[in-house]
Amino acid sequence: MKNFSNTYIFIFSTVMVIIVALLLSMAAMQLKPLQDKNIEVEKKQNILTSIRIPSTTKNAVDLYTKYITDSYVINNKGEKQDGVNAFDVELKIELEKPASQRLLPVFVGTLDDQSKAYSLPVRGKGLWGPIWGYVSLKPDMNTIYGVTYDHQGETPGLGAEIATAWFQKPFTDKKLFKDSTDFVSIKVVKGGAPKDDPHAVDAISGGTITSKGLQATLDSCLIQYKTYFIQNRH
Amino acid sequence: MSIFSSKNFKLLSSPLNLQNPITVQILGICSALAVTVKLKPAIVMGLSVMVVTAISNLVISAMRNYIPPRIRIIVQLVVVATMVILVDQLLRAFVYDVSKQLSVYVGLIITNCIIMGRLEAFAMGNKPWPSFVDGIGNGLGYAMILIVIGFIRELFGSGAVLGYNVVPKSFYDFGYINNGMMIMPTMALILVGVIIWIQRSFNKELIEKD
Repeated sequence: MKNFSNTYIFIFSTVMVIIVALLLSMAAMQLKPLQDKNIEVEKKQNILTSIRIPSTTKNAVDLYTKYITDSYVINNKGEKQDGVNAFDVELKIELEKPASQRLLPVFVGTLDDQSKAYSLPVRGKGLWGPIWGYVSLKPDMNTIYGVTYDHQGETPGLGAEIATAWFQKPFTDKKLFKDSTDFVSIKVVKGGAPKDDPHAVDAISGGTITSKGLQATLDSCLIQYKTYFIQNRH
Repeated sequence: MSIFSSKNFKLLSSPLNLQNPITVQILGICSALAVTVKLKPAIVMGLSVMVVTAISNLVISAMRNYIPPRIRIIVQLVVVATMVILVDQLLRAFVYDVSKQLSVYVGLIITNCIIMGRLEAFAMGNKPWPSFVDGIGNGLGYAMILIVIGFIRELFGSGAVLGYNVVPKSFYDFGYINNGMMIMPTMALILVGVIIWIQRSFNKELIEKD
């Protein structure tokens, strides 16, 4: 094998790194708009799923414009915050702020029968990583209309089941408040929830930590809206 | 040497059987377990690895006389990492749902032993075209096993192929249930074992002497 001088090695590495850097930054800039579009479509699909409107990646943007008629941002005292687009709020960043400074998005859906559904984002920890989703409420701000959950890397067949319909469906018609001011959220009960309990659903067998994580996620995220719920009941 | 001489053809075909990276060299097992719950991610992962192996082999082979031996591993890593990042960016832009399912495993192609192994063992000492063919061959050998495992796991684990349900509803009515074990990584390892067993029963020369 040839013997290379140190100078050659330095020049070789420098040129290589510059070429690679140029190549990668060009690719990243060219593809960024497409990637951002994908993330936006996914978010719109999630919000639509939570108000029980099925969508595909193709029609999600149109359906979103049709059904999501209003969106705004509030704080944890229920006061509307101006100048912020609810769709651009990243819950992950908000949850790192002190509770009183958080921006809390509300997406208002108008359904085919002209009734409203209020979709709220939730985010928390599962077993292996973050779990997130949207919970939509009926105008009484108490009864759940629909939910959708997703996760980054929960165990397939166990924790990952939170993203499936059989787990999400029983949330419909559950209630967040025990009486007019007592916020109890939804419990995820191991071994099966009592049939007549309006505040509990079945947990996933073998997915205990993910189930508990989801229960904590719902509780901690939705309680921030408590004042808003109480002030806006219809 | 013509482009498809018998020697080049051998480079393409031997990784499919006697030199298969997964079942004979036991490389790249980690991703073979992780992304084969469904067939579609398995296919995309197989294709991605094939593209990265082939093009990295080509690039490294073209540069092989100019790479200083003392930093050759670094140069190989830079080339592989660049390719992987490009593939990852393209997947995110064009097949977003698959890129979500593959998650970290696309990034982990960088550390896939098959690629570094082929660069060091083949591309550093051979001309660009045979190296490219060698990369395609090894990528195919890897993809083939992933696709077989992905097919079996999705069929028995979820009763579907490529997301379409193929197990008729009447089966379920008779009490057939999807095998939850197939969804766990353990079953992928057992399936790899079964494939190795079948392969060795047909190719006695693969069986170790003692």
